[in-house]
Amino acid sequence: MKRKLISILVGMALATAPLTPVFAQAKAAGAPKLSDGVVRIGVLTDMSGLYSDLGGAGSVLAAKMAIDDFKAAEKGKAFPIELVSADHQNKADVGAQKAREWYDTQGVDMVTDVLNSAVALAVTKVTAEKKRIMIDTGAASTRLTNEDCTPYTVHYVYDTYALANGTGNAIVKQGGKTWFFLTADYAFGHSLEADTSNVVKAGGGQVLGAVRHPLNASDFSSFLLQAQASKAQVVGLANAGGDTINSIKAANEFGLTKTQTLAGLLVFITDIHSLTLQVAQGMMLTDGWYWDQNDDARKFGKRYFEQIKKMPSMNQAGVYSAVTTYLKAIQAAGTDNSEAVMAQMKKMKINDMFAKNGYIRADGRMVHDMYLMQVKKPADSKYPWDYFTVKATIPAEEAFQPLAKSTCPLIKK
Amino acid sequence: MEIFGVPLQAMFGQLLLGLVNGSFYAMLSLGLAVIFGLLNIINFTHGAVYMMGAYGAYILMSAFGIGYWPALVLAPLAVGVVGMVIERTMLRWLYKLDHLYGLLLTFGLTLVLEGLFRSVYGVSGQPYPVPDLLRGATDVGFMTLPNYRAWVVVASLGVCLATWYVIERTRLGAYLRAGTENPRLVQAFGINVPLMITLTYGFGVALAAFAGVLAAPVIQVNPLMGSNLIIVVFAVVVIGGMGSILGSIVTGLGLGIIEGLTKVYYPEASSTVVFVIMALVLMVRPAGLFGREK
Repeated sequence: MKRKLISILVGMALATAPLTPVFAQAKAAGAPKLSDGVVRIGVLTDMSGLYSDLGGAGSVLAAKMAIDDFKAAEKGKAFPIELVSADHQNKADVGAQKAREWYDTQGVDMVTDVLNSAVALAVTKVTAEKKRIMIDTGAASTRLTNEDCTPYTVHYVYDTYALANGTGNAIVKQGGKTWFFLTADYAFGHSLEADTSNVVKAGGGQVLGAVRHPLNASDFSSFLLQAQASKAQVVGLANAGGDTINSIKAANEFGLTKTQTLAGLLVFITDIHSLTLQVAQGMMLTDGWYWDQNDDARKFGKRYFEQIKKMPSMNQAGVYSAVTTYLKAIQAAGTDNSEAVMAQMKKMKINDMFAKNGYIRADGRMVHDMYLMQVKKPADSKYPWDYFTVKATIPAEEAFQPLAKSTCPLIKK
Repeated sequence: MEIFGVPLQAMFGQLLLGLVNGSFYAMLSLGLAVIFGLLNIINFTHGAVYMMGAYGAYILMSAFGIGYWPALVLAPLAVGVVGMVIERTMLRWLYKLDHLYGLLLTFGLTLVLEGLFRSVYGVSGQPYPVPDLLRGATDVGFMTLPNYRAWVVVASLGVCLATWYVIERTRLGAYLRAGTENPRLVQAFGINVPLMITLTYGFGVALAAFAGVLAAPVIQVNPLMGSNLIIVVFAVVVIGGMGSILGSIVTGLGLGIIEGLTKVYYPEASSTVVFVIMALVLMVRPAGLFGREK
């Protein structure tokens, strides 16, 4: 009886033994002070609408992978982390309401993804009011780091300035001096056209004209005929998603690509996948990240692919990096207090599979290298999703709007 | 020579493109007109069905390796069968009620169908190549016309005229028209009216699916492709006169051309011009250009 009791006691001791020292170590290393004992990260994205292939379930997966990798790297000593996600349906009011609910009742500390500029601009206001953190990876508007900047927002992956600058500059340098724009007739298209026009003119080029098409115009042949008649060397596509895809399809069909160069100003790898290389070949575009750009990116891309059977877009890769950076900053700051974590993030260098020596500026802009890509010919594509040749790396300092030009009130001038 | 600052050659090009788009409108509005004229159902699923036609072609190609030409027959047949199932199981119960009920049911079905395709295939769309036979373009003097677009005009005009002929000029068409005027009497003559109505609905739906297959190589095959188009097509039907078959063909082509010209002179308005015309026509002729006042 006594022996049995001892053996039970010994067994219990052995069973709990591995736990005790771990606990002790975690305390010794200084576990971060967490507001409610857990760090909650919210992925707010388009789960079913026109941008859901760029973000959506893929962004949630990327965030989950980032959390799992962080926990694995900390060898079980990591602080508790929870992931929540929601569909903002591309509606600014729905997005803002969800963010408010998360902050008020569910203790969410940070939201990420937040693609769609209209939603992002609404959520950034709620975030600042509630003093939490938004790391936006999906929205394009430069307003997030200009007039609408806040001390609680980071703009992580790309913006219209970087896109216009990258593609515009490179093509003008290659001799594409005369431009004609196909522009989606709303704020986003106009600003993309204006940004690119400035770059073209600054490089000594000339803008011959533009045609403003309605959003979701399913047939682009008429507009392309006008672009063809302009005799411009370059046709800039200042539109996005389905409009871009249909423009490129029609350009190919009407033989426009034989005499003129197409410049996609906002093209994602998912668009190329949907178009096929046969149709998209030769097009130039700017991307913030490409799964095949280096070993780290490839490793991430393949792990991601195994789970969802698609390669990640720059937005989804950005979510992974943003979540990782945020968690590392909490670890280093020793707290999840928004101001402290933000200060820490702005001090850190970001080095991971997404960015090399990236850093976050005072206006919230995450500055990192961008890439000028050319879509491969079908014959040069050796394996699935082998779509781009990296034509040039645009150095971080040149890729984004210079801090001196930012109209963000946070910058002391 | 120039017309209001646009060179004559460019103008011919734009007119031809307008005709291409117009033939899509004609084919889609024809299906709607047949269904409304004979069944009195405002078929809102038409856009979703058009999308299913395009997806049918894509699925046949990617899963079974069946190419464009067989798909042009198989996809509309398959979608037509789906349409008949919908008619038999759901629409049938609504014939005696107000038009509004049919509209609500079909609108709801559209949301369900689009949602299903979206959750299975995502939203960025699927590729579909132009068939080998129709690759390339022909120089027609004033523009280079892609061969495929020329085929679209020929195919859709052929189908439209054949439909018009069958309904307006044959015995079968006479049965159909009589069956909708007075189903009891026609049934008394030994004609199976419910079966005829099911087949008519199936045919209208198959027309939309046929347009979907025709569209697959030129526009992105995407779950929402129909919802971008359906409202315009409804406007076409209203302008032509609800239920008028010839009206929908003529207005479809005409509006395609007007829209094409708007794209040249004031592209920003190209998506609204159809509705402006609709408003004007309704003010002058509430039954539509070719409709009969009841």
